[in-house]
Amino acid sequence: MSLLRLDQISAFYGPSQALFDVSLKLEKGEVLALMGRNGMGKTTTIKVICRMLKHRSGTLAFEGQDMARWPSFRAARAGIGLCPEGRRCFRNLTVHENLVAAMRPGDWTLERVGDLFPRLQERRDQGAESLSGGEQQMLAIGRALLTNPRLLILDEATEGLAPVIRQEIWAAIARLKGESGLTILVVDKTLKELAPIADRAVILERGRSVWQGRFDALDAATRDRYLGV
Amino acid sequence: MRREAIFNTALWLGLLAYPVWAWLGDEPYQITLATRVAILALAGVGLNIALGLGGLVSLGHAMFFGIGGYAAGILASHAQSYTPLYDGAFTIEGTQNMLVIWLVAVVAAGLVALVTGALSLRTSGVYFIMITLAFGQMFYYFTISWPAYGGEDGLSIYVRNWFPGLNTLDPLTFFLICFSILSLALLLSWRIAGSAFGLALNAARQNEDRVRAVGIEPYRLRLVAFVISGAITGLAGALYADLNRFVSPTMFSWQLSGEIMVFVILGGVARLFGPVAGAALFILLEEVLGGVSDYWHIWLGVLLLIVVLFARGGLIGLIAGQGTGQATGQRKRAGGADD
Repeated sequence: MSLLRLDQISAFYGPSQALFDVSLKLEKGEVLALMGRNGMGKTTTIKVICRMLKHRSGTLAFEGQDMARWPSFRAARAGIGLCPEGRRCFRNLTVHENLVAAMRPGDWTLERVGDLFPRLQERRDQGAESLSGGEQQMLAIGRALLTNPRLLILDEATEGLAPVIRQEIWAAIARLKGESGLTILVVDKTLKELAPIADRAVILERGRSVWQGRFDALDAATRDRYLGV
Repeated sequence: MRREAIFNTALWLGLLAYPVWAWLGDEPYQITLATRVAILALAGVGLNIALGLGGLVSLGHAMFFGIGGYAAGILASHAQSYTPLYDGAFTIEGTQNMLVIWLVAVVAAGLVALVTGALSLRTSGVYFIMITLAFGQMFYYFTISWPAYGGEDGLSIYVRNWFPGLNTLDPLTFFLICFSILSLALLLSWRIAGSAFGLALNAARQNEDRVRAVGIEPYRLRLVAFVISGAITGLAGALYADLNRFVSPTMFSWQLSGEIMVFVILGGVARLFGPVAGAALFILLEEVLGGVSDYWHIWLGVLLLIVVLFARGGLIGLIAGQGTGQATGQRKRAGGADD
């Protein structure tokens, strides 16, 4: 049984259709890259998975359970941990408070997150809004991990960050895969950074899932066609 | 944070020392004033959990205050007249035992908060304010037209209710009872603010969707907060009834809801000791300005304007600064601007 399965999902923003029959599945322990140019439906797909946007047709299931009627908090409770696009921390709380507010019992503890991102440990009592962009991103990942998810979704985790910080975050994601065998759905555009960690890839083009397969099977022609700028 | 902790400690000690000093000087009226501060502060601590932590602008908290008051008044009136409260398949007697009265007040206010909260929390913003106001007014008009318990004239408690082992008729003893309860409520409020529950509540005020994204439903959080908030304010109402030895429908009036909110704002919304500072300031102004003019509320209004416009952390914000409040991280309070 797949951990997550989307079949023929279509979704709308008001009258305009954003997803057309998107299908994908994610097996336990694998890292799936959801790719595509800007505006092709990557974040919309994430929103549907996290139940922040209702789909209009198709089915989706998490661990075999139909998610169609789940409200968003239920999806998170069931084990879908989202690290959203942009810097989405609780800005009025400190680093430590951000983590505690989201914490649920499980393998991930404050110590483990502190070990993964030592910078968060150092800035423990600092207000989240005073952090740099990279640190806020680490905090968002740490917060998602502390909900002890079975599926971690990283939406554009390193967009707009300095190269050094990007490396640090990608290294942490690689550690997540290596050490904990966490299932990860990662949305990104950068092939180079995804290559070492992604097992499979799904490419979206104008709201349709147009290509899926092993990440290393992504050939130059496919890349140029769907991902090139 | 350090300055705030020092200020809070000073305030706590000051509130304790003042009636002791008045007792030494044989001024029972001053002790009563301090008792009023403690009780109103307790009501404010209750409101502050909803307002400060949860961002829930409730104009119906007098409802809980009144329920607590009437719990004390009704139980005591039955005990005084030796008539059972309920005499059917089983009998419920009235009582003048404060412990029982407090329990009834807390449970009754909590239950009403659960029902009214479950309905009103489905709305937000100005609708939430209006619905809580409407619930409060429902109770107000109900008690006015409830002849069994005095209607508009209210109910008298001829002898202050008793507490096992203590002489509650002694003003200082009664003050110490109220002060102890206030201290416990502050402790509870502090623990809540630093707990995962309190932090999520605080976060939900800023952005509901982000809270849902980590698996927490803001509605439930707020309902729990509203119930705790109402129960604490209800307990304050029971104590207030004992202080005045009188309850009347004015305990349910929306002006009282407004006053509780005013002094929470004066003291500092979401600040742990905000309600204490605000209640003390409120009583002080009432005494000082009230002695000068019957129209002292004008000056209270001016002060409130100044605080809201220029000192949004209230008295505590002014003295202790806007820094990250203890465990609550109150940087952007009262709704807090979003990204």
